[in-house]
Amino acid sequence: MLKIDNLHVKLEDEDKQILKGVTLEVPAGEVHAIMGPNGSGKSTLSYVLSGRDGYEVTDGTASLDGEDLLDMEPEERAAAGLFLAFQYPVEIPGVGNMTFLRTALNAQRKAKGLDEVSAGDFLKLIREKAKDLKIDADMLKRPVNVGFSGGEKKRNEILQMAMLEPRMCIMDETDSGLDVDAMRLVSDGVNALRSEGRSFLVITHYQRLLNHIQPDVVHIMSNGRIVKSGGPELALQVEEEGYGDLVEAG
Amino acid sequence: MTETVDLEVREGVDRETVETVQNMGSYKYGWDTEIEMDYAPKGVNEDIVRLISEKNGEPEWMTEWRLEAFRRWKTMEEPRWAMLNYPVIDYQDQYYYARPKSMEVKPKSLDEVDPKLLATYEKLGIPLKEQMILAGVEGADAAPADGRKVAVDAVFDSVSVGTTFKDELAKAGVIFCSISEAIREHPELVKKYLGSVVPQSDNFFATLNSAVFSDGSFVYVPPGVRCPMELSTYFRINAENTGQFERTLIIADKGSYVSYLEGCTAPQRDTNQLHAAVVEIVVLEDAEVKYSTVQNWFPGDENGKGGIYNFVTKRADCREARAKVMWTQVETGSAITWKYPSCILRGDESQGEFYSIAIANNMQQADTGTKMIHLGKDTRSRIVSKGISAGKAQNTYRGLVTMHPRAKNSRNYTQCDSLLIGSECGAHTVPYIEVKNTSSRVEHEATTSKVDDDQLFYCRSRGMDEEEAVALVVNGFCREVLQALPMEFAMEAQSLVAISLEGSVG
Repeated sequence: MLKIDNLHVKLEDEDKQILKGVTLEVPAGEVHAIMGPNGSGKSTLSYVLSGRDGYEVTDGTASLDGEDLLDMEPEERAAAGLFLAFQYPVEIPGVGNMTFLRTALNAQRKAKGLDEVSAGDFLKLIREKAKDLKIDADMLKRPVNVGFSGGEKKRNEILQMAMLEPRMCIMDETDSGLDVDAMRLVSDGVNALRSEGRSFLVITHYQRLLNHIQPDVVHIMSNGRIVKSGGPELALQVEEEGYGDLVEAG
Repeated sequence: MTETVDLEVREGVDRETVETVQNMGSYKYGWDTEIEMDYAPKGVNEDIVRLISEKNGEPEWMTEWRLEAFRRWKTMEEPRWAMLNYPVIDYQDQYYYARPKSMEVKPKSLDEVDPKLLATYEKLGIPLKEQMILAGVEGADAAPADGRKVAVDAVFDSVSVGTTFKDELAKAGVIFCSISEAIREHPELVKKYLGSVVPQSDNFFATLNSAVFSDGSFVYVPPGVRCPMELSTYFRINAENTGQFERTLIIADKGSYVSYLEGCTAPQRDTNQLHAAVVEIVVLEDAEVKYSTVQNWFPGDENGKGGIYNFVTKRADCREARAKVMWTQVETGSAITWKYPSCILRGDESQGEFYSIAIANNMQQADTGTKMIHLGKDTRSRIVSKGISAGKAQNTYRGLVTMHPRAKNSRNYTQCDSLLIGSECGAHTVPYIEVKNTSSRVEHEATTSKVDDDQLFYCRSRGMDEEEAVALVVNGFCREVLQALPMEFAMEAQSLVAISLEGSVG
């Protein structure tokens, strides 16, 4: 599914190397977690994979099912099945949440050569998905993320994920700012989406999210590299001992 | 083998090139209708004024009224205070009267109208013959249960060609016809109200219009009548170098209500076209008028060549108590826009509202806003202006709010937001506020922002391309004003916003 090989990335405007040779492979149907201290390059990795401006790839490759991701526009990556759940979802004043999602869904369908989804079908679909995430009708009508609480914003990201049905989901610190209840809703939402054909890359600072979303593999990232990979027990080790020893090992 | 491949490649490339050229800076409604035109000679003088009056079959008093305006105009100077840059206009190098030849004898019914003309309206999406059933805005829950009725009085260049729904309107007692017909058929109303809101001597462009207006629309809604449908005039300039001088007069008698829609598209041109329209609205006691405009005239090409010069005087007079008027405008076209739809709040407790979206892209220049003149007690006004600048365009909001000594306990709220796309355009806000009593309150809020990269990336990461993303963000920015538009216009306006900003990013 997702294959990252020796990825080197620097900031476009500054001479600052952030990723220094990340190599990672997420096979279809698996959930991988990336953990690491602040400033280790976790968020940069998610932005570079989804095509945000401001970064320059100096070496290495990243591909989705053999397709070169780094060569595509952000919208092409989305249509290819990549989805990034933002750490800080962006507010778009005046644009209804439903309008936004319908525009996005139809844009992706168009890119795939499919017909637009009808207003009626869309409404039915979104109501169904929203119900599972305890997102009420009011939240669907409000402008995108405007005045949403932290938990509402994150639930909204998962709703988008559920509607757009990506193959490869990257979640950038989705657990930050969530209380226990919201964490459960978000995790349940993600777990419901787990399937053979869909992979997840869960970026998180803390282990607690991984109690709810069981990863197949845990990677530790430090100073722009993956320094250690292992099973779920690696996350528990971080929880107990902190990053200190692991990071030094890298 | 090789040949076939080459051919396929070439076909692909050609198709792409053709599509790119078609999409680049092309004006969606830029076609010509080949209809023979009947011109008066270029230039303006008393003979031309008389000719226009005669061609319209006007009575002597109207001819005199025009001549009086013309003599006044000759003593006036073109105003240059607006933040607009354009070459000197040679007023003697314009045509002041043109009409399709086939219209020399006015048709008795739509069947007699030149089919090419009707085809033009069809391209514009205006079915003259039957009621328009138009879809609602986004989503099924927002769509109206049944089609809404719209009556159309279409102005093709200078002559009104067909008016629908006349019978149903007549039943309600509503008069909706061309102004030339009103001058002939309802002289008492025209005499009483024409020039009573925008006097002959009001300003350079309005005075010119008073002298040479060719045609336009007339509406009278009798006391207590709620007009049974929305009234609509589609203006379309279609003769090269023809100055367009429409004159619209709307009278809402006591306790009546009417909603009026004005929409414009024009074909692509090389030379600048002069337009100086006047709209007068009289609102009597307890009456309410909504006037909505979607303006999409040719804005000129990327280098600023061609495009309409649009100098418009629009004013509503809330003449009596509790009269109410609401202006909503979506201004996306024209090379030059000079336009300040205004409200005179004369009656006590009268209300004026102004909602505006002004989009300027490429080399367009817009200087637009409103005047709220509070004369009566307890009057209210609200201004919501959204200006969007892209390319090298300049967009100015210019607004006057004045509270006269007698206008006790009056209120105004102004919100003025500017959005910039790119780094070569400009947004300017010029508010004039005069308060001459101590019990009134005026609020003014203004913001200027740029289209945010994070917002665009968020949209794109969900699958929208850059132009879709910009259109979505800008439509969100304009939402308050779009919502003030009647359903029929809101959707058209939304897509216009997107079309107007094509090529503004990347």
